[in-house]
Amino acid sequence: MDLSLTDEQKLIVDQVRRFVREEIVPLEDGLDPDADSLPPDDHERLAGRVAEMGLYGLDIPPEFGGPDVDIVTRTLLAIEMSQHRAGLYAPCYNVFGGAGLAQMFEANDDQKQRFLFPMLRGEKKTFFGLTEPSGGSDPARAIQTRAVRDGDDWVINGAKMFISGADRADFGLVFARTDPSKGRAGVTCFIVETDTPGFHVRRIVHTLRAARYATELQFADMRVPHANVLGEVNGGFAIANDRVSRQRIPYAATCIGVAVKAQELAVEYAGIRETFGDKLAHRQGIQWMVVENEIDIRQALWITLAAADKARRGEPFRTDSALAKIVATEASGRVVDRAMQIHGGYGVTKDLPFERWYREMRIRRIGEGPNEVQRHIVARDLFGSSLR
Amino acid sequence: MAVRLDKPWRRLDSAAVSGLSGQLGVYQLSDDGATVRAIHRVDARSLFGLRGELGRELAERGEGLFFRLEVNHQPRTRWLELMMVHRADHGCLPAWNPPEDGEGLGRLSPA
Repeated sequence: MDLSLTDEQKLIVDQVRRFVREEIVPLEDGLDPDADSLPPDDHERLAGRVAEMGLYGLDIPPEFGGPDVDIVTRTLLAIEMSQHRAGLYAPCYNVFGGAGLAQMFEANDDQKQRFLFPMLRGEKKTFFGLTEPSGGSDPARAIQTRAVRDGDDWVINGAKMFISGADRADFGLVFARTDPSKGRAGVTCFIVETDTPGFHVRRIVHTLRAARYATELQFADMRVPHANVLGEVNGGFAIANDRVSRQRIPYAATCIGVAVKAQELAVEYAGIRETFGDKLAHRQGIQWMVVENEIDIRQALWITLAAADKARRGEPFRTDSALAKIVATEASGRVVDRAMQIHGGYGVTKDLPFERWYREMRIRRIGEGPNEVQRHIVARDLFGSSLR
Repeated sequence: MAVRLDKPWRRLDSAAVSGLSGQLGVYQLSDDGATVRAIHRVDARSLFGLRGELGRELAERGEGLFFRLEVNHQPRTRWLELMMVHRADHGCLPAWNPPEDGEGLGRLSPA
């Protein structure tokens, strides 16, 4: 496996690194410590710069007008784009544009016209409604939201939990049980417009996370036309599952980016701060913390890039992406914790980014499938059929 | 945690302000002890937290107002939620909040 960067990758990575340091980080001095967006003028200006760089809409497939960035390069860019205060959940404040819901690329022609293309043009905002109050790690069993066919419509009743962006979305994907007897083969994915009668955003679910807050949804006799079924009836679980393995790689990479920045700040501060007549950098206790950080970062980096490389080559990468998710989220959490410790009292203030990273990084061991579930995926691969 | 902030209103005067903590949170203002006129958040850019911001309100608006608050370490999302709830209940933002506070605000339909 050759993980050395090509000249093109070096060029793009360097370009994005400079963009983050010269454009994004200075703007954060004037933003709220927990901000997740830029003032409109700044956003427009920087999105224009990104477009000039040819990198706008990074996650949009090239056949739909995206810049055709392979997943290894995308992983490297995710590491760069998260190296600022809001970077974990709002990398570069989304000035690189988003692809919206990846599942929408499976839409039929009519659905593409009504939903996918407006989403890609940024005209329609979206949400992803999978997790329920009954759980999210095991959606095949946890989904209790019911959809019952009634003529040309489906009538949906139920609730969703921890759904980001639903309060501002124009439409979203809602997974509902359409055949209670079939487990994972009885779940269907619906495209639901948020102005549909019976669609309710009941509250914000306040969490450790500053950006992309979660909401709780309720569906009360919500009628959704059959034409809004995404994919096949009872084929929703595959649609939900398809996203998660690939999603874990940039999810891991974003954590690594924050860890890299935390380590950079820790090394810089240890070289300046003096206690008892000597610099922190000369203290073995501090040196070892910095070295442990480096070990954590490099392990996470190589495992994540290895997973991305497998995905790029079209090989099975489910186990690899699970490992990347485990290692990157746990290692980056330790790095942020040590960097905070090195900064002492200042480390826990809102003057510096550590406290936000510390809070938001904790969620990463739970989001996109808890690390215990990731370990189960790896164990299943190691033990084979004997564990099934 | 209740979606709505429904604590009793308190008179906004120097005695009340001096007893407040310097923590982060959200607060509401009223001119009659019943109608919400403004919803604001107090984040880490405030010098003295809730005490500082309500002291500033008192200095700028004078006595005769009422307030209620919630200490909350996530003032931004809690403020967004209260603004959305107010708009859902009343069809508009509080009268003393500037229109730009409504830009990009989501929709809630709380029970």
